Amino acid sequence: MTVGTKERVAAGIGENAPRPDGVAKLSGNFAYGSDLWIDGMLWGATLRSPYAHARLVELDITPAVVMSGVRAVLTQDDVPGRPTFGQVEPDQPVLCDGVARYWGEPVAIVAADDQETARAAVEAIIVEWEPLPPVTDPDQARAAGETYRDMVIRRGDADAAGSVVIEGEYETAIQDQAPLGPEAGLAIPDGSGGVDLHVTSQWIHIDHAQIIASLGMEPDDVRCHPVGIGGAFGAREDISLHIHVAMLALRTGRPVRIVYDRTESFAGHVKRHPARMRYRHEADDEGRLVKVTVDMVLDGGAYAHTSHAVLANASFFTVGPYKCDNVFVDAAVSRTNNPPAGAMRGFGAVQVCFAYESQMDRLAEVLGLHPLEVRRRNALGPGDPLATSGQIVEGSLPTLRVIDELESIPMPDAAIPDDPRRLPGGTGLTTPKDAVVRGVGFALGLKNLAFSEAFDDFSEVLLILTPAGLEIHTAAIEVGQGLVTICEQIARTVLGIEAVAWLSADTSQIGSAGSTSASRQTQMTGGAVYEAAVGLRDKILQQFGGDELTNDGVYDRGELVATLDAVTADGPIEQWVRYRHPPTEEPDEFGQGNPHAGFVVAAHRAVVDVDPELGLVRVVQIDTAQDVGKALNPQAIVGQLEGGIAQGVGFAIMEELIVEDGVILNPTFTDYLIPTLLDMPDVGSRLIEEPAHWGPFGAKGIGESPTISSTPAVVAAIRAATGRPLNRVPVRPQDIAGV
Amino acid sequence: MIVTFTINGEERSATVAGWESLLTVLRDNLGLAGSKNACEQGECGSCSVIVDGANLCSCLVMVGDCEGTTITTVEGIAHGSVLHPIQQAILDEGGVQCGFCTPGFVITAAHLFAANPNPDEEAMREAFSGNICRCTGYGALLRAFDRLAGDGT
Repeated sequence: MTVGTKERVAAGIGENAPRPDGVAKLSGNFAYGSDLWIDGMLWGATLRSPYAHARLVELDITPAVVMSGVRAVLTQDDVPGRPTFGQVEPDQPVLCDGVARYWGEPVAIVAADDQETARAAVEAIIVEWEPLPPVTDPDQARAAGETYRDMVIRRGDADAAGSVVIEGEYETAIQDQAPLGPEAGLAIPDGSGGVDLHVTSQWIHIDHAQIIASLGMEPDDVRCHPVGIGGAFGAREDISLHIHVAMLALRTGRPVRIVYDRTESFAGHVKRHPARMRYRHEADDEGRLVKVTVDMVLDGGAYAHTSHAVLANASFFTVGPYKCDNVFVDAAVSRTNNPPAGAMRGFGAVQVCFAYESQMDRLAEVLGLHPLEVRRRNALGPGDPLATSGQIVEGSLPTLRVIDELESIPMPDAAIPDDPRRLPGGTGLTTPKDAVVRGVGFALGLKNLAFSEAFDDFSEVLLILTPAGLEIHTAAIEVGQGLVTICEQIARTVLGIEAVAWLSADTSQIGSAGSTSASRQTQMTGGAVYEAAVGLRDKILQQFGGDELTNDGVYDRGELVATLDAVTADGPIEQWVRYRHPPTEEPDEFGQGNPHAGFVVAAHRAVVDVDPELGLVRVVQIDTAQDVGKALNPQAIVGQLEGGIAQGVGFAIMEELIVEDGVILNPTFTDYLIPTLLDMPDVGSRLIEEPAHWGPFGAKGIGESPTISSTPAVVAAIRAATGRPLNRVPVRPQDIAGV
Repeated sequence: MIVTFTINGEERSATVAGWESLLTVLRDNLGLAGSKNACEQGECGSCSVIVDGANLCSCLVMVGDCEGTTITTVEGIAHGSVLHPIQQAILDEGGVQCGFCTPGFVITAAHLFAANPNPDEEAMREAFSGNICRCTGYGALLRAFDRLAGDGT
């Protein structure tokens, strides 16, 4: 026996381990969905409805069919299986069923030898519409009973009353995820009636279930493969071109590729629900909440998608990270002819955060309290009941600490900058320095971790130890957030082995990892890797009689008793797990119960410079204190915080899909404005480590928090600078200038 | 028509109609898929390439106009398998997330630092204002470029 030198494994948890895909991405060699290519493939294109609501009077595909180079033209009659799809409620036709219910709804699909021919064939299809009046007002739809879900929360005493009453009406517009990578897919027939699908996705197993239903095929005949993803933010949680590209490949017997252009991408994925929220907060003289009464309507657009869960979040987080014993919520998500809404980062918690934080600011103002003081007095913590459902907060929830840590971050230089690039209006030179007013605003946000309401939420992982190191097999989707990096870090730390490789599995190779959404993968797939690694390690230590595993092999009381080669001499060692978070419950008819697996909290402070006359804003600095549980990779976390804040800043002052009569008027990057480096403030971050009660090493999912409370913090800062009410986001120049 | 240019130090030709964008020809004809198509209207910078010393959105350049030009794409920045210091700095600072914008940032950085090895923060913010990143919020990218400016790379 030899005595080795044991060292802590490199690139384990807590370190800024580099991304395994970083070099490929920096060199232009990383394959995204839109880069997929196979010789002999056909190109697909989609005919879409130009109306938000219209009856299909005539659809004549003949002119397209007879075109040279066109290989297939398919309509709803060609859908082999279930004619509709949908993650929760299959209510959306795969192709138009005779009535178009939103602008851009797919009507027919074409496969041709090249992209130009495919697009020309789409143009050649003869289609006649009878426009119908679109339903575009979610309140009207709700009044007519056209809702996907209604939520009622009744907690406490309806007669409770506070001495201070704050009433407000708030509105949030439509934000688009605008991931840079467009929707893209390649379908390859397998020669025996089946098909392999390589499509951008956040959850290939839920895609698979919907695809096989509409194709009328057996599960084994369709395989969904992970592909390189150019950002997601919720836009890829629902089906886009998946079924279409598979239908074309199966019909032609040839590989088919579809890639959306930017305008088609705006039409082709779900958006953040716009919301109207009417709030009444009642508090005592000290600013403690006595009762919160809310009525709200979200606009779900033309089809259900994930509206039911978005509404649940909006309802359960309607008070935020604050205690209150009497809460009454009536909420609905309406069916209209507006663009379908679904998942976007923050998922229902974003809209209400703007409303409840605006209310908290007004309460502070009326009582003459600092905005953070009124939040301190109401802060929700472990052991407290959530204001809405009454669920007792388990594990960590450092609401008071995020407030304290936020305040400890230094403020920017108080002087208004000289450089015009740092002033509102920038190099447009619209704003002299002495016209600038500075404002500071604060906001906190609360979010649930993983899926709620009794959903059977799990992630499967298979670990295989070979002489070359450890393989992680999973169908979990990396969208850029760093899941691969942290799962490898978790495995290294648990197993003491440095050589760890992530191997993406398709739907035929392993069970679901669940969705890359809901701040869930760090804890779910990370948790699965942790649990499997612990199982693998214990199995090896038991078999070889050791007490520690390292890069060298198995040690027993400091002595190397088996090298890794010896450990794997009889073949690879495997460990499979299906990891679940603590079970959650369906709430009762009054929204009471334990619907959530855990919570995460964050605080933001925004400093803005405003030109009140022109209504221009430059966000100077945003600081954040974030509940992270345990920082598995601090650099990756800061990347999420800064990136989420950029989207929050965008929603506060720039990003709005403008819809008129159901038609999106600005579906391009020229007209849908995304913050650039010139718009982005400096960001200060503090990570609060108080371990979660489940998940790997106590880590929490943090991907959504930065997007939730950064928006209201910016708006609060603009209010502080201007005194304007600003009850709507995004804030437009005319809202500030008062014109 | 046949268009001939020097791409990443190598003479390449492509048979084209002429009206295609340089981006399309790079990606679909020449197998250089590193330059990305995210907006096709010159807003996002994901398709940035250097053409005869100018940093251009290749989606807005007609390939017929590229005859005889010298072009650098993201695939031509690293030295073999060794990352260029710009790429290394972005990697080290965590400036890559989904990576779809990354080729554009690499190209714009190469163009900026070739002209001005020590840009100040405002100059950097301005230089990269034509490159949209949807993931990082730019902080890690700015830290990477700051480091490069400090190094005088």
